[in-house]
Amino acid sequence: MGLFTGLRHSISRVTDRLFSEQEPKRIGIYGPPNAGKTTLANRIARDWTGDAIGKESHIPHETRRARRKEGVEIERNGKSVTIDIVDTPGVTTKVDYEEFTDEMDKDDAIRRSREATEGVAEAMHWLREDVDGVIYVLDSAEDPITQVNTMLIGIIESRDLPVLIFANKIDLEESSVKRIEDAFPQHETVPLSAKEGDNMDEVYENIAEYFG
Amino acid sequence: MSEMAEATKTGDDGVQIDLISGQRMDELTTMEKIRLILDGVHDGNIVILEEGLTPDEESKLIEVTMGEISPDEFNGIEIETYPRSETRSSSLLGRLMGGEEPTAKLTVIGPANQIETLHKDESLISALVSRN
Repeated sequence: MGLFTGLRHSISRVTDRLFSEQEPKRIGIYGPPNAGKTTLANRIARDWTGDAIGKESHIPHETRRARRKEGVEIERNGKSVTIDIVDTPGVTTKVDYEEFTDEMDKDDAIRRSREATEGVAEAMHWLREDVDGVIYVLDSAEDPITQVNTMLIGIIESRDLPVLIFANKIDLEESSVKRIEDAFPQHETVPLSAKEGDNMDEVYENIAEYFG
Repeated sequence: MSEMAEATKTGDDGVQIDLISGQRMDELTTMEKIRLILDGVHDGNIVILEEGLTPDEESKLIEVTMGEISPDEFNGIEIETYPRSETRSSSLLGRLMGGEEPTAKLTVIGPANQIETLHKDESLISALVSRN
C-alpha cells in the first residue's frame, strides 16, 4: 500500500469515527445459550418501542442469527440514550445435534445444530467488528465460572468495549447474584428477571448511565 | 520445554497428548496456531498449550471451530484455562507499547466428546479425559 493510500485510509477511519459518534451505539447482548438474552432483548424493545425482537424458547440455540432493533431510546433520571440492540446467538465451543433430538426429529435437530454453529460464528464476528458496547447476560442459577464466560469477558475487555453484566433469572430459587459478582468483580453486575420484569428500573438506569 | 513434545500413540486404547511450548507457538501466525490445535483435536488428541492464546486468537478459534462441526463426526472442542487475573494491565497505552499481552496461562483443548471439566477455580483445573 502506497504512502498516499495509507494516509487516505487513516483519514477515512478518523472521519468515520467522528461521524459515528452521532449515531446510535450498537449494544450487543451476549452470553451463553439459554441465559435469557432474547427474553431481555424483547423486554427492552417492548418497553421502549412496543415491538419484540425474536422468538423465545427453553430449547438452547433458539436464536441462530444476530438480530438488530434500531433506534431504541431509553430515558432515566434525565439521562437519555438511543441504542441499537443486537440480540446475538448464545456462544459455545461445541454443538451436538443430539441435544435437540428429544424435542424434534433427527433431520430438524441436525439443521438446528448447523444453523447454531453459523450463529455462534456470526456472533463472534459482530463482537470483533460491529458492536460499541456489550450487555453480558448470565443465568444467575448457574455457575458463572465457565470457559466460555471467561473467554468472552476476556475478549470484550481486550477490545476495550464497555460491558455491563446482567445476572438474569433472579426469580429462580437457586439464583445467586453474589456468585456472579465474585466471579467478575471488575464489572458492574445488575440483578434482574427479564421474564418477570423484576428490577427493570435499575436495568434502564444502568443502560442510560453506562452507554449514554 | 523447548519444542512440541508429542506422545507416541500406543494403540487404539491410548489418548495422545500434544504438549506445545510457548516458543513453538510464538513462531506461528494466528491461523497456523488454530490449525495446529484443531488438526490435533480432529485426530482425537488432547492439546496442551504452555502459554495459551490471546483473546483475539480465542475468538478466531471459536469461529473456525464452529465452521468445522459436523454431525456424527466432530462436535466441537472443550477448552480450559484458568480465569484471567483481575490485576492484569489492560490500559490502551500498555497495549500500544507492548502489543497484545500474552495470556501466559496453561490451556487444555480437546474434542468435546472426550474431555469433561470436573472442577475449575483460579488455581486448579480438574478434567476427565476419556477414550473416544
